[in-house]
Amino acid sequence: MLSSSGVVVDEEEEEQEEEQRGLWCSGPFGLTVFVNADKMSSGAVYSHKDPMLKKRDDFEDILEERRTSSDLRYALRCYTPVLYKGVTPCKTSVLKSMVLQSDQLHYVINQVSKESGRAADDVREEASAILEEMAHSLQLSTVRFFAFMLSKVFKTLFRSICVNEEGIQRLQQAIQEHPVVLLPSHRSYMDFLLMSYILYTYDVALPVIAAGMDFMGMKFVGEMLRMSGAFFIRRSFGGDKLYWSVFSEYVKTMLKNGYAPVEFFLEGTRSRTSKSLTPKLGLLNIVMDPFLKGEVFDVNVVPVSISYERILEESLYARELLGVPKPKESTSGLFKARKVLSEDYGSIHVYFGQPVSVRSLAEGRVNRCQFNLVPRHIPRRPSEEIQSFVNDSAYRLVRAQEENMVLKPWVLLASLLLQNHHQNRAAGQKPGMALDELTTQAVWLRDVSRQYGAFLHWPDHTSPSEVVSSGLSLHRALVRVCEGRVQLAVEQGEQGGPGDPRSTVTPEEELLSQAVVVLSCASYRNQMLHVFVRPALLASAIHIASSNQKQEVFNSFSFLRNMFSSEFILCPGATVQDFEEACYLLVKTGVLQVTQQEVLVTERGHRTLAFLTSMLDPFLQGYQVVCRFLCEEDTETLTEKQFIPAVRKFIVNHLLAGRLRYAEVLSSDLQKNALAALQRLGAVRKIKGVEPGTLKVNRVMVNSLEDTLGGKLPTQKSVSARL
Amino acid sequence: LLHCGSIPSQIMKWNGWGYSDSRFLFNKKGQAEFTGKRYRLSGMIIPGLKDWFEGTFGANLQHKTPPTPLLTNTAVPPATLNEAFVEEVKSTGIPFSHDAEDRVFRAHGHCLHEIFALREGKIGRVPDMVVWPSCHNDVVKIVQLACKHNVCLMPYGGGTSVSSALECPPEETRSIVSLDTSQMNRILWIDEKNLTAHVEAGIVGQDLERLLNESGYCTGHEPDSMEFSSLGGWVATRASGMKKNIYGNIEDLVVHIKMVTPQGVIEKSCQGPRMSTGPDIHHFIMGSEGTLGVVTEVTMKIRPMPEYQKYGSVVFPNFEQGVACLREVAKQRCAPASIRLMDNEQFKFGHALKPQVSSIFTSFLDGLKKFYITKFKGFDPNHLCVATLLFEGNREKVLQHEKQVYDIAAKFGGLAAGEDNGQRGYMLTFVIAYLRDLGMDYYVIGESFETSVPWDRVLDICRNVKARIIRECKDKGVQFPPLSTCRVTQTYDAGACVYFYFAFNYRGLSDPVHVYEQVEHAAREEILANGGSLSHHHGVGKLRKEWMRDTISNVGMGMLKSVKDYVDPNNIFGNRNLL
Repeated sequence: MLSSSGVVVDEEEEEQEEEQRGLWCSGPFGLTVFVNADKMSSGAVYSHKDPMLKKRDDFEDILEERRTSSDLRYALRCYTPVLYKGVTPCKTSVLKSMVLQSDQLHYVINQVSKESGRAADDVREEASAILEEMAHSLQLSTVRFFAFMLSKVFKTLFRSICVNEEGIQRLQQAIQEHPVVLLPSHRSYMDFLLMSYILYTYDVALPVIAAGMDFMGMKFVGEMLRMSGAFFIRRSFGGDKLYWSVFSEYVKTMLKNGYAPVEFFLEGTRSRTSKSLTPKLGLLNIVMDPFLKGEVFDVNVVPVSISYERILEESLYARELLGVPKPKESTSGLFKARKVLSEDYGSIHVYFGQPVSVRSLAEGRVNRCQFNLVPRHIPRRPSEEIQSFVNDSAYRLVRAQEENMVLKPWVLLASLLLQNHHQNRAAGQKPGMALDELTTQAVWLRDVSRQYGAFLHWPDHTSPSEVVSSGLSLHRALVRVCEGRVQLAVEQGEQGGPGDPRSTVTPEEELLSQAVVVLSCASYRNQMLHVFVRPALLASAIHIASSNQKQEVFNSFSFLRNMFSSEFILCPGATVQDFEEACYLLVKTGVLQVTQQEVLVTERGHRTLAFLTSMLDPFLQGYQVVCRFLCEEDTETLTEKQFIPAVRKFIVNHLLAGRLRYAEVLSSDLQKNALAALQRLGAVRKIKGVEPGTLKVNRVMVNSLEDTLGGKLPTQKSVSARL
Repeated sequence: LLHCGSIPSQIMKWNGWGYSDSRFLFNKKGQAEFTGKRYRLSGMIIPGLKDWFEGTFGANLQHKTPPTPLLTNTAVPPATLNEAFVEEVKSTGIPFSHDAEDRVFRAHGHCLHEIFALREGKIGRVPDMVVWPSCHNDVVKIVQLACKHNVCLMPYGGGTSVSSALECPPEETRSIVSLDTSQMNRILWIDEKNLTAHVEAGIVGQDLERLLNESGYCTGHEPDSMEFSSLGGWVATRASGMKKNIYGNIEDLVVHIKMVTPQGVIEKSCQGPRMSTGPDIHHFIMGSEGTLGVVTEVTMKIRPMPEYQKYGSVVFPNFEQGVACLREVAKQRCAPASIRLMDNEQFKFGHALKPQVSSIFTSFLDGLKKFYITKFKGFDPNHLCVATLLFEGNREKVLQHEKQVYDIAAKFGGLAAGEDNGQRGYMLTFVIAYLRDLGMDYYVIGESFETSVPWDRVLDICRNVKARIIRECKDKGVQFPPLSTCRVTQTYDAGACVYFYFAFNYRGLSDPVHVYEQVEHAAREEILANGGSLSHHHGVGKLRKEWMRDTISNVGMGMLKSVKDYVDPNNIFGNRNLL
């Protein structure tokens, strides 16, 4: 064989070289980094082209071993995780002094001192106090205590905790190569204890976790969490330079030195709706910074998808969304949750995603030279380029979380039952649907959702009817089966009620208690929204567009996408890609025919299309009601603060009068998102009126948006890009 | 053949580095040895090299890639001569040649791709003719004729460029004439009152030092290539010398420059040591890389030869500590004539190049040293690194200076490791270029490149660039981890010069040079992304042109371009470097 360099290489040598390839993995340099190198390219974070081809790892139940061997021995076993480049763990006190002596903090302390006229020592004291309040103090003994306790708790609460072991291996590998950031989805308080529990189980380095200050309200628990690796940050510290500086330096110091993986929740808070929340960028900015500034070669970000078959906080969330304020976390409150312990919460699936290299993400996106001309320790507002990079990365990471969320059959059932509930109600039919009808539809939806790339955990060797009834029985708080018909448990209502005496139930209370069930069900349906959101937006766009012209449909799609960009995870600036992805999926599944000019629905496509439009309909209706409220009500003096109670009252009236069928529109989440959308579109502006945060409503615009949502007005060309 | 240089080209390799008689080889016993008599290492056996070579690169002495032995004239494209120009040159009596060998010899520098092609006998566009002016006036005549007949001139000094600067632009349709300055090699005068010497620009470094030494002086300018590189080349590339801490870089050393351009001769009217007369025109000349004209004569500062020289070395437990020590030395402005810090891989490499020791006693001492450092002091042999030092001056001051530096080193955990190690370190500087040729005999290709970087980024750039090289190699299908190593070679008040060495075994790659170039390109991107400069002293040439605009801004490019447009509107100096 003649290589182009003109050197003759014989076949045998070529084979030897194949063997040598292995040397990269086992070579003297420990260069295993390359094994995953190409998988870590930015394309791997989220590739939308064909979700049907997604390959996912298998799961292993970690509770299985806990049920057969001693928890005590497990809690006391030898725990020797491998750290980044073999560094030794660092004492909290050392870490703190590294932070306090850092150039960055030094600079900010002097700056604050100069600006405020306070003595530098005084400011340093304050910094030190902030750090004391913030810092974790991970102790193995506490971790062992938790390992023991949680084993007991988990075994009572859950049937299984399934983890993809390959993901753990990838994580293990990633930790040794580069600093690692863990980004779990956030659906429950349980999340971060669960994460640490799993990592302990697999002998992986325990993370330090960013937790909200509100935990510190629970004195004892707060300290326990601190000792298990949590560090605490205030919810808001907007302008506090010193606080920000201590905080960011603390996180960066841990990350850069690889003392421990840093874990935080990209969504910022628990999602009460099971939809992924718009990512918060603060911490992501901080953890990407060391790479962008060249302080580390790379940072590996690992999205983790935690899926609960039944969420512990299920009805708590629903009530919160309906306006019962969130109880302040208190230790006694937590103990009240003991009732929870007696129930069955099914299984948990935890999927550790492919590590994402920040370097690959930034490749060709960020010019790192921008840090060349100012000392790196001087804090600067990130450039627009960086902000948009971090924002896009955040969306991609949330999508990476979404795509590995495991959907249980119940999610399909909840979607079907909700749609049925509303349709029957509108048609005045008998409530519920026949069990075998539900089963047939569920099987249909199973196949459809798989085609759209859902990570569905449907036991294949069990008969569909068993699958369905097992799903129903786990969620018996939300559904009733009587006389062979399945329906939402709304008529009795007592499950949702905050314990009011039955005799004096007002229609409004009745409505709210039904809404608790509807919202709970909706939260399960929401788990599959990410699978269908793009096709559903397209389906709705076809519905509201004035013609089949592709450009018209695209305009409507673009309008809806823009409208709902606070509601669903839609990557900014990706309208055309999203449209193409939606077309691709709907064409591939035989729902649409898309030609150069037209978008046509096929004969057999109507069923899917109807399902998709119904899925989005509550949101469309909800946004329209919010618009109507803003147009009809006296909003001259409406402030941001008054908005939610006022719009809720308006919606309650509409529901009671039968002018609106979707109780889930009562969700304050939807209402806030709608307001945010209107503000983003310029239809509502916040002004400095008599009261701070007074809302100035452009009625003409709001009105036309409402009509466009209702398909009464064509989408304006100006709002949408050309396809 | 019409010429006779100070270093006739016959005694130089035509397809590798340096003298024909000096090369590394593995003898029949498989031991490495260095041939010839010119260097301290010459004639010695280097027992550790084979194991290091095989272990580091996964190379095998059975797998050889010998070069094409002879240059075949048929491989050389025929010369495109501008007859009128040739006739007029002939009438001036200036020697010239269009012999294939002469032309090929001047068609390249020492970039990897250039040498690799030569070894394979592949010859691209080469100059059509070589001229050997012997003085300033000869150059004036040649440049005038070139302008008159529109031929392309490419100045050639020592041929040690590593920036593709000597590569003939393939798109050049005019006759290309290589203007070889090697015959302009005289010291015209020495001014002992002002301590300056007026020298013709074609003189090579070692001759300049030798001739000045005869009068008790030196310039102290010692780039690693000083055996072969020329004064004119130093000026044209903004060269830097190993001992710049005492003597300065080339821009600190020149007092006066004479350059012949198509618009005439440019020079200053006096030799005032500093002037406030607008932007310094020397700075248009220094770094012009042969795009504006030919530097013919230079007045340089000279110094009395140092009374005393002393080498030294310090071992540090790790690279971080070593860099911290160098930074402190720079802060206290007490850097010796030279101070260099090698990373762990280079330390091991240096170790592998230890010649066979003659006595059991020396080897016993070596063993004892090793024991002391690794076992007694607890240095990890996989992390420790070494700094080499060179002190110069009067004896008393040198010893005092030495103590000061060792005291600082001690604060960073550094242990004095003897003169020998230091001296060997500097000796290796001169033979390391020969080693690349050995590697190329066995499927190993590599090169070095450099940058300058602020102090606070030294560690980051070293780590990231090395890691980038390793990652890129893997991504490009290189089948064994490459050698990816660095050293800090110069200290400044505000930063340091960092050198990277990178080499890999290319067995199994169909286009190794392309892979090499991709990796080097990525490494340069990484350097720039980490706040490093495009070049500290190698220059831009054609290899790094693509980054010039980002490096000096649009306006900067426009400035340089307008100078070129004025000085050389017809692009007579058409090597297309820099811009």
